[in-house]
Amino acid sequence: MAVEGAVASRSGLRSALPLLAPAYLWLTVAIFLPLSAMVFFSFMTDLPLSGKPWAFTLGNYAAFFSQSLYLTLLLASLRLGLEVTLWCVVIGYPAAYVLAKVLKGRSREAIFLLVILPFWSNGLVRIFSWAMVLREGGILDTALNAVLPFKINIDLMYSYPAVIIGLVHSYVPYMVLTCYLTLQAIDDSLIEAGRSLGASRLQVLKRVIIPLSMPGLVAGAALIFVPVVGSFMEPRILGGRTGTFYGTVIEDQFVAVFNWPLGAALSFILLAVVLVILAIASPVLRRAA
Amino acid sequence: MAGVQVSNVSRSFGAHKALDNVSIDFADGGFYALLGPSGSGKTTLLRQIAGFDFPDSGRISIGGESVERVPVEKRRIGMVFQNYALFPNMSVADNVAFGLSVRGEAKAVIAAEVQRALDLVQLGKLGGRRPHQLSGGQRQRVALARAIVTKPRVLLLDEPLGALDKALRVDMQIELKRIQREIGITTIFVTHDQEEALTMSDRIGILRDGRLVQEGPPEEIYDRPKSEFAATFLGDANIFRGDSTGNGIRLPDGTAIAAGVGAALAAGAKASCAVRPERIRIATDGGASDATNANMLKGQVSKRIFAGNNSTYFVERAGQTLKVIVQNTGADRLAEGQNVVLRWSPESTVLIAAS
Repeated sequence: MAVEGAVASRSGLRSALPLLAPAYLWLTVAIFLPLSAMVFFSFMTDLPLSGKPWAFTLGNYAAFFSQSLYLTLLLASLRLGLEVTLWCVVIGYPAAYVLAKVLKGRSREAIFLLVILPFWSNGLVRIFSWAMVLREGGILDTALNAVLPFKINIDLMYSYPAVIIGLVHSYVPYMVLTCYLTLQAIDDSLIEAGRSLGASRLQVLKRVIIPLSMPGLVAGAALIFVPVVGSFMEPRILGGRTGTFYGTVIEDQFVAVFNWPLGAALSFILLAVVLVILAIASPVLRRAA
Repeated sequence: MAGVQVSNVSRSFGAHKALDNVSIDFADGGFYALLGPSGSGKTTLLRQIAGFDFPDSGRISIGGESVERVPVEKRRIGMVFQNYALFPNMSVADNVAFGLSVRGEAKAVIAAEVQRALDLVQLGKLGGRRPHQLSGGQRQRVALARAIVTKPRVLLLDEPLGALDKALRVDMQIELKRIQREIGITTIFVTHDQEEALTMSDRIGILRDGRLVQEGPPEEIYDRPKSEFAATFLGDANIFRGDSTGNGIRLPDGTAIAAGVGAALAAGAKASCAVRPERIRIATDGGASDATNANMLKGQVSKRIFAGNNSTYFVERAGQTLKVIVQNTGADRLAEGQNVVLRWSPESTVLIAAS
């Protein structure tokens, strides 16, 4: 029996190989190799371009610890990730709930389309349209002053709130989608059962629906938190001078300063920190789920 | 504990009348079955009583208190759902504790009540399990324990045994009845299974197209159905259609059938007679006629189905197929194609106004 099983699974693996190969080949070429090169770079004194001399060093990693600026920026980025994730939960979860449990048929399709629309638009276009909305004399400023009887100046451009707004707008669809999927899988009769036992809608939400949709919340949070911590486009365009974060510093190393080894080292430190955070958070979140 | 009164309740969904002026009085402590085909409105009625949906018109009261605009969570009802609806994120004990815990009862009180409820449904040792670790019958019991632990005024069951296999269903019928007797709670039970309705309930309400067709004790509905629908939906019946003679009907071919039970109808009106298959005696010769077998028809056996303890004969007679059920008493069985005489008493014949 056991032998037969092993043979069966081996032949199963062989027949599955042609199906798995393209994905793994792609991952190897597109992610693993460049990433290995980056690991290599992060231990070099300089890029081996045009015959410049170089040597191995730990200096790039040491730089992170010797200058408090990097740690400050990393903490700011983590805070940014946390805040954006929280806003995405606050905005995305109720939307997902309404989509999954309240709306039916055509209206659900229409609202769903509106939610995933940001996915279909170019990221840069999205950010520059926010710039037009948020700047002084922009759309928001003009609209509010047209309605309000007194004069106010709304200039959110180049500020921390602008960065948050842009990032939340970009990432909220992830939260809506992951939560929608888990919420839709929750049987409506569970809600009815809860209420028949005397629980208010809020109590049912707290004790039944949120615990059952925890996997969606966790998946959404992970999908949002990780890229936001490393984000640079939104902070740079919408944040201006206040938009200096860990991600923008890494980008500078690659694009402006041309110090790839430092940029690579900073990236791997970020990766390590994020992995540690997810590792610490996952048992807690799994228990909650 | 309390009785439930439903008075003139109507509910429409768009153009569809799900409930059409339904009135039923569910007495305190009784076990009621709402029986009907799918789409008859039985589940809609149960949901109105539960408070998941409100009637367009009419009144619903529980224990004399008018509740038709009171939301579910304030009605103090217990409900068991068709798919059990156990909370998958909680243990069995936490499921049962839910109703008490949202009410804010003390932990010690909750633990004691939960244990008592689980003992009542004979699952006292399984409190620590998760719902997915239980069998269908066990989930059913947990759902029941969860519904009654809050001491609701009325227990509502929505086809609770529908998902169980036949043997388990019979066990659960007996079990459910025992528990209901033990706590004496008014119970309303939706089913499309006529046998379940007959064996379990004190009273049955038959619904069709949103209307209450007939309501009463199972024996009364079975022995004295008021419509062809009630006669054929609850149990099996042979229906004869003809003109009323006042105490029976005359078939189109002139044969008279005497009816000793049922509606009083003026002679000449269109009417039907219903006869239960087990009330008809089947024989190869006529025998003597007397008051207990005054109705007689001749026919030919077209088919016999042997079911062990009884046999069902299908008898062709003037273009109509009649059903006769004969207990297996060891007597000779009749062959297909045999000419037979059917006899039954007027007392077994129910006169029904044409619908």
